[in-house]
Amino acid sequence: MSTSLSLPDQQEATLPKLNYLNTEFGLKSWLLTRDHKRIALLYLVTIAFFFAIGGTAAALMRLELLTPVGDLVSSDTYNKLFSIHGIIMVFFFLVPVAPAVLGNFLIPIMIGAKDVAFPKLNLLSYYLFATGGCIELFTILQGGIDTGWTFTTPLSTHYVNTNVISAAMGIFIAGFSSILTGLNFIVTIHRLRAPGMTWFRLPLFIWSYYATSLIFVLATPVIAIALLLLVLERVFGIGIFDPAMGGDPLLFQHLFWFYSHPAVYIMILPGMGVISEVMACFSKKRVFGYTAVAFSSVAIAVFSFFVWAHHMFIMGISNYSALVFSFFTMLVAVPSAIKIFNWSATMYKGSVTFDTPMLYAFSFIGLFTLGGLTGVMLAALGMDIHVTETYFIVAHFHYVMVGGMVSAVMCGIHFWWPKITGRMYPESLGRLAASTLFIGFNLTFFPQFILGYMGMPRRYHAYPPEFQALNVLSTAGASILAIGYLLPAMYLLWSLKYGKIAGSNPWGAAGLEWEIQSPPLTENFVETPVVDHEAYDYEWLAQKHEHEVKTLG
Amino acid sequence: MDSQAIASEPVGPHENQDAHDHPPYLVHHFATIGQQVETASFGMWVFLVTEIMFFGGMFMAYLLYRSWYYHAFVAGSNLLSIQMGTIMTATLIVSSFTVAMGVYCAETRNRKGLIVSLIITLVLGLSFLGIKADEWHGAYVEHHIPGANFSIEDFVHPTDARDIPMAPDEALHTQIFFFLYFSLTGVHALHMIIGCCVLSVLLFQIWGGAYMDGHTSMIQNFGLYWHFVDIVWIFLFPLLYLISRHPLK
Repeated sequence: MSTSLSLPDQQEATLPKLNYLNTEFGLKSWLLTRDHKRIALLYLVTIAFFFAIGGTAAALMRLELLTPVGDLVSSDTYNKLFSIHGIIMVFFFLVPVAPAVLGNFLIPIMIGAKDVAFPKLNLLSYYLFATGGCIELFTILQGGIDTGWTFTTPLSTHYVNTNVISAAMGIFIAGFSSILTGLNFIVTIHRLRAPGMTWFRLPLFIWSYYATSLIFVLATPVIAIALLLLVLERVFGIGIFDPAMGGDPLLFQHLFWFYSHPAVYIMILPGMGVISEVMACFSKKRVFGYTAVAFSSVAIAVFSFFVWAHHMFIMGISNYSALVFSFFTMLVAVPSAIKIFNWSATMYKGSVTFDTPMLYAFSFIGLFTLGGLTGVMLAALGMDIHVTETYFIVAHFHYVMVGGMVSAVMCGIHFWWPKITGRMYPESLGRLAASTLFIGFNLTFFPQFILGYMGMPRRYHAYPPEFQALNVLSTAGASILAIGYLLPAMYLLWSLKYGKIAGSNPWGAAGLEWEIQSPPLTENFVETPVVDHEAYDYEWLAQKHEHEVKTLG
Repeated sequence: MDSQAIASEPVGPHENQDAHDHPPYLVHHFATIGQQVETASFGMWVFLVTEIMFFGGMFMAYLLYRSWYYHAFVAGSNLLSIQMGTIMTATLIVSSFTVAMGVYCAETRNRKGLIVSLIITLVLGLSFLGIKADEWHGAYVEHHIPGANFSIEDFVHPTDARDIPMAPDEALHTQIFFFLYFSLTGVHALHMIIGCCVLSVLLFQIWGGAYMDGHTSMIQNFGLYWHFVDIVWIFLFPLLYLISRHPLK
């Protein structure tokens, strides 16, 4: 198969003598670092750990659902499993993974800066995240929580005996990490761009992360206050969400989804940024309709604030507001579709190669489109009321979150791995893992669309026997999916020591990050770069290389 | 592999020169002082936006329950002391003036003026918190703490002749008013406490001679924070104390 990969001669190539990984050594140099690249790696390790916990919970659930009767775990334990799976995966994996890992590493480099605007605040964000995570681990050790990740009132405030308070406080603290990260990115992108790096010369990655950061700073404070009120209600029983005392449980839903729906776009927008970079690189072409893709990111961020009540269609909101929210929800499909069409058009007449990151990007486009289109189905009121609280919903958001975002994260990690570590992973294994993930994912979640449409409700540990065949398929798919995660974990770790030397630009990609050494210096750039060309200028890049060859010859 | 070639000479001559001709407070990743000052100020403004959203959730709850339980909110509001509320408002407005004077003094490198205005600010902030604590204690004595010792007695059998007695089930809703009162003023007071702590640290630093070199970002951004917390109170005072009170005799 064709490839863009060109590595330097392995006999002569060495890693740069000085880089951000070897300027300082020892645990302290990592734990107290203010280097955005090292903080990104701290996040990567921590988030991988949480992903493993959330993944284990998911594996146990799928095992339980292999048979129609509850034979592996009791219903109480099952409730705790899906709650902890949801909380860990949403708040401690999907929300932080792309911004905190890829964003932290790449945003300053891509705009030509030495670091983020507030390096100390960046480190503080990491510790807030880690503290929130520890509280969540403490919650699990204390016996877990069984409200689901949505903390629905009055269930969470009055009727369960599990650790609602510690789980909510863990998310509350980790929320400040999100707010401060978003703040840092916004200020960095506004104030620290290199000379000549105008807004419309920014890579689309930056536009996506800017839109994500807007949601971070505007939405996260609202869930903070919602969880604070939840804890106060549970501790003091003051009745703000208790209908018996005149409170309104729906108010909690409004406040919760005012964050949690935009949070869905926190989870997907950075992925879209990654895909834009990868599509351009492996088509060797400027992204088609740059301005449209850039503004569609901002449009998604803006629309995301006007759709939250579509999570509440069956909760007794007024019919008129349901109509309005249904309309806005369908409207979000427009900017998302703009992106999908523009990426497809980017490939048209490009010189497309099928390297590992590109396979993940294909996987993203296909799976995200399916997840997005089922989202439009769910935006229709009649359809939503029919399939809500069934496996259709579960399949829909896993197509977006796992099929979309996890593919995009894997795509990003594989694309920038040579930049982060200076070494290449085995390309053939990478392609195998990308294909495994795609096959395993579809086998796991496509049957769930059918199950949901047939009426199997979510969040039960037992089900009628006629649903078993599809559930067995789903569990079998989950085991393939698990291989799709474990394989990259193994060869990426292997590549840290044994991978081939990557050189500064193994993919022949455009962008400031590919013009510096891999791994970069602590200060990123020896001299502040001056930008005099558009993003994704592959013609300029090709000419530059032609020139180099001529002078050498 | 051009960048790797550069890496073999890690500290360029450019950086060496740089190390000597910039003021000590310029952090390494900024090119100029102007950029650093703008960055800090912009960051503070973005932070204040997140604060607006944070308070926004509680204002939303206030709006909802006020429209549902209008009478309970009026009755609850009538029990708050308008005199204390006015004194607290005046205290904060004056403290906003003194903090603005502090920023001016820092910019003009007037150390004595800076210390005096910040000390006055701190005293005013602490007296606000003192009055607030006294008011909360009063609410405790009168059994108005929701969830702890709440009693609807004052609303079913009002002592003030102008208040209309409420039915017990309706009077229960005053608890929601008092919960919102405590959470709104409580979170506001928390911001005041944080403000006073930062102010003390700043005063300690200024005592040691800091902020006299013209680099006053920290003082200015603290001023922004202090003004923001004041503005929140400017919204809380009418919403909790003034709105739909019965007329004074």
